[in-house]
Amino acid sequence: MTLPDGSRDAVPARGGRLPPERVALVDLLDRLLAGGVVVSGDLVLSIADIDLVRISLRALITSVRESDTIAGARRHE
Amino acid sequence: MVDVGTYLYAVALGQDSPPSEGALGGLTGVAGGPVRVISHAGLVAYVSAVPLTEFGEEPLRRSLEDIDWLGETARAHHRVVEAVAAEAPTAPARLVTVYRGETQIRNLMEQRRDDFLEALSRIAGRQEWGVKVSATPSAAPPAEEPASQRSPGTAYLKKRQAGLRTREEAWRQAVVRAERIHDLLSSVAVASRRHRAQDPQLSGREGWMVLNGAYLVDEGRTEEFGQVVEELRGEGIDVELTGPWAPYSFTAPVETGEAEVRDDAP
Repeated sequence: MTLPDGSRDAVPARGGRLPPERVALVDLLDRLLAGGVVVSGDLVLSIADIDLVRISLRALITSVRESDTIAGARRHE
Repeated sequence: MVDVGTYLYAVALGQDSPPSEGALGGLTGVAGGPVRVISHAGLVAYVSAVPLTEFGEEPLRRSLEDIDWLGETARAHHRVVEAVAAEAPTAPARLVTVYRGETQIRNLMEQRRDDFLEALSRIAGRQEWGVKVSATPSAAPPAEEPASQRSPGTAYLKKRQAGLRTREEAWRQAVVRAERIHDLLSSVAVASRRHRAQDPQLSGREGWMVLNGAYLVDEGRTEEFGQVVEELRGEGIDVELTGPWAPYSFTAPVETGEAEVRDDAP
């Protein structure tokens, strides 16, 4: 789940923002799964069961390493 | 007929002139739905409709096993949060927060208004930065000692023990160093939080991640923070700065119905 082509080095020391699609997925998931506002009540669903996701991620590491196209290559243009 | 839920991306501080649908510039969210705004009680919620055939509990359990789905959803969520956070102080919601409908979200904004306002005032004019520090294991090679007097087996065991001691020592030193770095970065930040260290296989980094920190920094101190990070770089450690992020790590749960999950995970 790394950015391809040394684009990691393109992370600015300060200032400009990386376009959302170039943010490393692993850094994003740190924040989206452990951060953000959690509100209970009236929800259809929220990821209260983070362990589920973490376990899934662990199980998926191998396939991610093999394909290595997941993170930076995904574009939403 | 498809059952529809309302996906919440973020709650932002209401501006003098509430954002129009046009101002969103045709922003699409998860599942490709157009992002809408709900202005209520001085707050603005950003939402989109999602099919419960995909975002209901059971389908979601399966979807979360799918790294492509997870990646796409996370990026779509992030894209909306980024767009919103560029305009106003913003509290991102956790990934996959789905309500039955707009009424529930309006109730939430009304009932938790003070909590949201407090959280938003805490992050206004500030940005989140990520700093990851890894120790490079080859930093401290074991000292060679003369082994001529020993049998090859004994020599091997000695060397192995020495190697393990060296590794342990290097790890201990790296942890101590990470603590100092975290303290130093925290002194420039208004708030800090440590995320769980990333698996080397997921991060793609060599070495041990000893710090995966998030720091909430006044916009006026961005340069200073960057400078401190630059000065940390040195022998035996690898320092990576990410950001600026929307304040994902610093919008404390408005309502805590759960424990600090990341610490309970195996």
